[in-house]
Amino acid sequence: MPDIRTETMTVNMGPQHPSTHGVLRLVLELDGETVRSCAPTIGYLHTGIEKTAEQKKWQQVIPLVERMDYLSAQSNSMAFCLSVEKLLGLQVPERVTTIRVLIAELQRINSHLVWLGTHGMEVGAVSVMLYCFRERELLLNINEMLAGFRLFPSYMRVGGLREDLPRGFHAAVTAFLDRFGPKLDEYEDLLTQNNIYQKRTQGVGVISKDDALAYGLVGPIARAAGVDYDVRKYFPYLGYESYDFAVPTRPDGDVYARYQVRVAEMRESMKICRQALKRIAPTGAYAVDDPRITPPPKDRVYTEMEALIQHFLVYSQGFTVPRGEVYVPVEGPRGEQGYYVVSDGTNRPWRVKSRAPSLLACQALERLIVGGLIADVIAVIGSIDVVMGDVDR
Amino acid sequence: MDASALIAVLQDAAPGAQFEAAPSIDLQTTMYVSADALAGVARTLRDRGDLAYTFLADITAVDFWPTEPRFELVYILVSPANRLRLRLKVRLNAEPARVATVSGIWPAANWLEREVWDMFGIVFDGHPDPRRLLMPEDWDGYPLRKDYPVQIRKTPVSSEALQVTAEEFRQSVERDRLTRT
Repeated sequence: MPDIRTETMTVNMGPQHPSTHGVLRLVLELDGETVRSCAPTIGYLHTGIEKTAEQKKWQQVIPLVERMDYLSAQSNSMAFCLSVEKLLGLQVPERVTTIRVLIAELQRINSHLVWLGTHGMEVGAVSVMLYCFRERELLLNINEMLAGFRLFPSYMRVGGLREDLPRGFHAAVTAFLDRFGPKLDEYEDLLTQNNIYQKRTQGVGVISKDDALAYGLVGPIARAAGVDYDVRKYFPYLGYESYDFAVPTRPDGDVYARYQVRVAEMRESMKICRQALKRIAPTGAYAVDDPRITPPPKDRVYTEMEALIQHFLVYSQGFTVPRGEVYVPVEGPRGEQGYYVVSDGTNRPWRVKSRAPSLLACQALERLIVGGLIADVIAVIGSIDVVMGDVDR
Repeated sequence: MDASALIAVLQDAAPGAQFEAAPSIDLQTTMYVSADALAGVARTLRDRGDLAYTFLADITAVDFWPTEPRFELVYILVSPANRLRLRLKVRLNAEPARVATVSGIWPAANWLEREVWDMFGIVFDGHPDPRRLLMPEDWDGYPLRKDYPVQIRKTPVSSEALQVTAEEFRQSVERDRLTRT
């Protein structure tokens, strides 16, 4: 039999590929259908948010950080506010802390729904996408109700929240939670026992427990590989130690395990939401009572001279933050998230650095893909849940 | 484990290294280590059973231009086994701004160090892939340095990339400095 000449082929996947979640480019070297090497190229969405933040006053940074990881906007702004509050030494009211827990967990469900929908679609289960986006719409409605903005509410503020909860908020969240449990079962009906889905995801993109930690892949990816690291349990913030919830883990470390972990996390988030909702009074304190940081309510601005002056000071000069550095980690939908903030004692940050879980997930792609089949590349990219806005910042 | 206890442990493992405890308000142990001892200290931090900092959360830098030492490198480390957090910092002068890589110890450091090189121009000796990460590879300058202007006010010519002379660049830097209150 004559020798068959074989050579590897180099293929560009992306940057304009519909299933790379934004603009991610992978240079793949293929040997037949097997991936021999993979080089991710990023930076197409780099907007220099960290540089811009250095020119803004502290409160003005909040809308900027929300636009980094656009699927978990409120986790970003909450992490930033927690860091700045720590520098200021503020004690925010108990009610604000509980509302933040509730919003963060709703945001987690929101982000996981987008993930589940798009991932399902990429491996061929298009109906899952439609179902997930139907329920996500309700969460966006709740955001709109809270802040008048659906994707980037900018509802978190340094020192508390922008305004009090709207009328009917409790009813809206309860209605969502009551509806969502059965819907989650519906998604599971479509995928969990689905033979095609299992065949496409089980044993694909496997990473071991030690490798996951070494590559910095905390969050659902590490928990699907058997690491039970969750900032909410390990380094509790916002009083998470007082809520009853479990951290789901799976030992397999493949795409299917990541799916199982994220679905289980949505159920745990629902539990936390119900507990938090019970503790939140319909009205009450929504920000610290500190005239340097919290602007006065509008009715006082229109009637009192002092309130008007205070309003102008807060919005024109902002507030100064004592010299120092701080990093408060929180558990975002994609893993440990936080802002390393340095202040030089003025009304603008000296340095704002976002700890981006997606960046490290993207780095580990090479590890997950090489040696597998090209058809599995899409399933793996979907499973690590990268948001390119968070990778490139 | 507070900074002084940790320094005592590390000093035994790395006799030549210089350490300095730093204040911290966020309950994360903070300390400085001299640049030449970084790689050895990093290995000890990861491998010793009672430390086991197996998870490198982030590497970043802060530019304190125009003061010296100009840069501070910040390594945020977590030990999931012992539930400890550590912020390890390295002071670097503007010339030479270079330090040994830790990407052989924590694979996560690979891209994080590339990003710091890209944004601050700090060289990581022995890095396996020392290219820019976010900016184009032929980019001039290091954007997150404080002597890099935020914006250059100039009308772009649609057919070619924005060309800025050295004089215009310096003026922008000066303007940024003056408007910062």
